[in-house]
Amino acid sequence: MALLEVNSLTACYGDFQALYGVSMSVDAGQAVAVIGANGAGKSTLLKAIVGMHPAEPDMIHFEGEAIGGMRPPKIVARGVTMVPEGRRLFSSLTVEENLRIGGQLGRRGPWSLQRIFELFPMLAERRSQRSMSLSGGQQQMVAIGRALMSNPRLLLCDEISLGLAPIVVRDIFQRLPTVVAEGTAVVVVEQDVMQALAASNYLYCLQEGRVLLKGESRNLDRAAIKAAYFGV
Amino acid sequence: MSFVNVIVQGVLLGGLYALFAAGLSLIFGVMRLVNIAHGDLIVVAAYFAYFTMQALGVGPFTSLIAVVPAIAVIGYILQRSLLNFALGEDLPPLLVTFGLSIIIQNVLLILFTHDNRKLYAGPIEMASWKFTPDLAVGVLPVIQFVVAVLIIGGLQLLFYRTTLGRAFRATSDDPAIAQLMGIENRHIFALAMALSLAVVAVAGVFIAVRTTFNPFYGPQLLIFGFEAVIMGGLGSLWGTLAGGILLGLAQALGGQINVGLPFTAGHVVFLLVLFVRPQGLFPKVSM
Amino acid sequence: MSADSNTALRSVQVVHASLASRIGLAFWTLLVAVLIALPYWGDRQMMRLSTEIYSFVALASLWNLLAGYAGLVSVGQQTFVGLGGYTLYLCALWAGLNPMLGLPLAGLLGCLISIPIVLLLLKLRGAYFTIGSWVVAEVFLQIFQLVPAVGGGSGISLPATVVLSIAKSRSAREALIYWVFLALAVAVIGVIVILLRTRYGLALQAIRDNETAAKSNGIDVVRARTVVFVVAAAASSMVGSMIFLQKLSITPFSAFSINDWTVNMIFITVIGGIGRVEGPILGTVIYFALREYLADLASIYLIILGMVAIGVMLKAPKGIWGYVADRFGWQLFPLARRLVRDVPPRAAVASGAPG
Repeated sequence: MALLEVNSLTACYGDFQALYGVSMSVDAGQAVAVIGANGAGKSTLLKAIVGMHPAEPDMIHFEGEAIGGMRPPKIVARGVTMVPEGRRLFSSLTVEENLRIGGQLGRRGPWSLQRIFELFPMLAERRSQRSMSLSGGQQQMVAIGRALMSNPRLLLCDEISLGLAPIVVRDIFQRLPTVVAEGTAVVVVEQDVMQALAASNYLYCLQEGRVLLKGESRNLDRAAIKAAYFGV
Repeated sequence: MSFVNVIVQGVLLGGLYALFAAGLSLIFGVMRLVNIAHGDLIVVAAYFAYFTMQALGVGPFTSLIAVVPAIAVIGYILQRSLLNFALGEDLPPLLVTFGLSIIIQNVLLILFTHDNRKLYAGPIEMASWKFTPDLAVGVLPVIQFVVAVLIIGGLQLLFYRTTLGRAFRATSDDPAIAQLMGIENRHIFALAMALSLAVVAVAGVFIAVRTTFNPFYGPQLLIFGFEAVIMGGLGSLWGTLAGGILLGLAQALGGQINVGLPFTAGHVVFLLVLFVRPQGLFPKVSM
Repeated sequence: MSADSNTALRSVQVVHASLASRIGLAFWTLLVAVLIALPYWGDRQMMRLSTEIYSFVALASLWNLLAGYAGLVSVGQQTFVGLGGYTLYLCALWAGLNPMLGLPLAGLLGCLISIPIVLLLLKLRGAYFTIGSWVVAEVFLQIFQLVPAVGGGSGISLPATVVLSIAKSRSAREALIYWVFLALAVAVIGVIVILLRTRYGLALQAIRDNETAAKSNGIDVVRARTVVFVVAAAASSMVGSMIFLQKLSITPFSAFSINDWTVNMIFITVIGGIGRVEGPILGTVIYFALREYLADLASIYLIILGMVAIGVMLKAPKGIWGYVADRFGWQLFPLARRLVRDVPPRAAVASGAPG
C-alpha cells in the first residue's frame, strides 16, 4: 500500500479550476518531485494534501485513511506536514521557538531539537535570534526544521529553492537524503527542474492542472520533460 | 486635597484602566478583533458578581472565584459560536460586535432595569493609610493597582514563557500556518477571548466596588480601555499600563479643576496624544 | 499601440443608465411628486411620521456613504446632528436669526468643525477610528453639559417667538418644515448619486474594496476620506438642525447620545444594504414597518434589530437590497458603469493562460 494516494483530485478557486483530476502516489522511503510552470497547480496540490484547500475525502488517502478535506491540525497529527512556499516563519518567535512549536504535537520519531541542530548546525548558534533576522537560506532551514519537528511520515516541500542562491539551494537539497533515510518520504515541488531530478526517485510534471508526464527520474528524457513542462 | 494625593489617586486609578485595556489589547493582538462589546461584557461581569454576592452571601472579592471562571466560559462560548464567524474583513467584526453591544445593553436593561447598583466591600472601601497629614492613600485603590500590575505581569509571562502563549503569538503572526503546528485556530481564538474576559471580570468587579453601574455603563468603560490602549501604544502590554496611568492622571487632575471635568479631561488628553504621537507611548509592531 | 486599437478606444463610452435605472428614476420622480403634495392630502400625523422617515433616510444614507463607500465606520455622527441642532438654537437665541437661516449655518459650522476632527481621527485605522469617533461625540456631550452659556445639562427650549417667525399659521409652519425635510432627503441622495457617478466616486469604491491597491493606483486615500467625512458632517448638521427645530427643545443627551440616532442609522443601513444607495432607503422602510408592529417594546425592538443586523452581517453582508440586487441585477439609480462601443470590435487575439 502506498503511503500517499491522490486519486483524481480536483480543486477550484471560485470559478477558476486549478486541478483537473490529478493522480499521484508516494511510497515510504521515496523522494518524489512535482514540477511545472507557474500556475500549473503544484502548490494547490500540496495544500489540498495537507488540508489547506478543500477536497473530497476519497481524493486523498494517507496510510489507507481517507483524509481529503480534513482540517490541517488533524492531518499533521497523522504525520503529514508541509514546508510552505515563502517559508512563512512566525515573525514574533525566535528560531528556537519556531522549531519547538513545530514539535508541539509531540509525535514520536527521530527528530528532536538536538537532531535538527545537527542537521543544520548554523541554526544552533542563532537559536535565540528573531527568525526574521536570518538570511533567506537560514530561514528556509528553520522552516524545514520546524516541519521535521512534528516527526512527519510525509514531508511536503513547496518551492524551497525560491529566492535562494544556487549554492544555498544545493546545500539544502544535500540534506534531503538524510531526511528520507530517517523514515520520512518527501514530495518536493520545484521550478528548478535539474535540482528536482537530482533529488528525487520519481517525478511528476504538471501543466495547467493535469499530470502530463510521470516516471522514474533517472529514466526520464530531458526533451520529454521540456515538452511536458511548457505544454508544447 | 494635596497635589501629591491627586497624583497618587490618578496613578492607582490608572491600574484599573490598564486592565480594561489589557483585555482589549490581548484580543486585538491575537485575532485582530476590536470588540465593541468589551465594555458591556465588563458590566455583565459586574451584574454576575452582584447576584453571586446576593445568592451566596459573600463579598465582591470572594465572588471572583465564581465570576472569573463563569465569565471566561461565556467568552469561550461567545467566540466559538459567534465571533469566530465575524473575523476577517473590516466591516463584519465592527458591526457584529456593535450589534452585540446594543443587544447586551438592552437585555441587561430588561432583566435588571435601569437602577444603579454597586458592589459593597465593607469597611475596606473607606480604609486608608495616612502617610502625612496631606497624603492619605486608600487601601482599596492600592490593592486594585497591585492586582492590575500582577495580572499584566502574568499575561506577559503567559505570552512569552509558556506554550500557550507561544501558540497565541504564532496564531497572531500567521493563523494559516499555525494550523500546521497542530493549532486549531477556532479553539485558540476562543481561549484568547476567555482569557481576555477573565481579566475584565476582575476589572469589572473592582470598578463596581468603586462606583455605581447600570446596563448602559459599558460604552464608558470601552472608551477608557480604548484610550489607554491608544495612548500606551498598540501591541504592548506594559504600554497599556502606561496608557492607563496617563488616563487616570488626566482624569484625577481634571477632577481637581472642576468636579464635572474628569472624563472630559481624559478625553482631551487622549485627543492631544493622538495629535502629537498617534502611535502611542510604547508602540510595538506586533505583539 | 496600433491604429486599430486607437479607433476602438475613441469610440468607447461609460454608460451609467440601464433599463432598471430608468424605471427606477421614473419611480423616484413619481414618488417625490406625490410626497411634495402630501401636506395637501395627508394629515398632521402622517406629516410627522414622514419627516421622521426623511431624516432617517438622509442620515442613514450619509452613514452609508461613510461606511459603505469610504470604508469609515463612524459611531460618532451624532456629534454633527447635535451640533446642527445647537447651531440653529443658539443663532435663534443669540442673534434672533430666523430658524430657516439656521439651516445653512448649521451646515457651515458642521463643515468647519469636522475638519480638525477628521484630520485627527484619520490617524486611527479601522475599529480604532470607530471608537475614536465615539470619543469625539462624548467630548461634545460633556462640554455642552458643563457650559451654562449653551444651556448646560438641562438644555435649551426654543422660544415661541422664534417658532412663530417661521410662518404665521401652524399648518404653514408644518408644511414648510415638511418640505425642507423632503428637500434635504432628496438632496442628500441626489448628491450621493452624483458623487458616485464621477471618477471620484469610483475612487471611493476602489478604496472601500482594497485600500492598498487603491493607493498604488495613485488615489489619495486620506484626501478622499476627508472630503467624504466633511460632506457627511455638513449634511448631518443640516438634518440635525431641522430635527431639533421640530422637537422644540434640545439637551446634550438628546443631541449627542449614540442611542437616538447612530444605533438606528447603523442597523437600518446594515439590514437594508451597505454600499448601495438603495440600501438605507429600503432599511428605513423596513424599520418603520416593523416599528408599527413592535412599537411598545422599545428595548426588545432594539434587541431584535441587533440580532437581525448580526444575522445579516454574517449571512448576507450586503444586506437585503444587496442580496436581491446581486441576484436580479437591479439598479434603481443610474450608477452602473458599462463600457459601450460604437464600433463593432475587431477579432481579438487570444490572451495567455491564467496565471
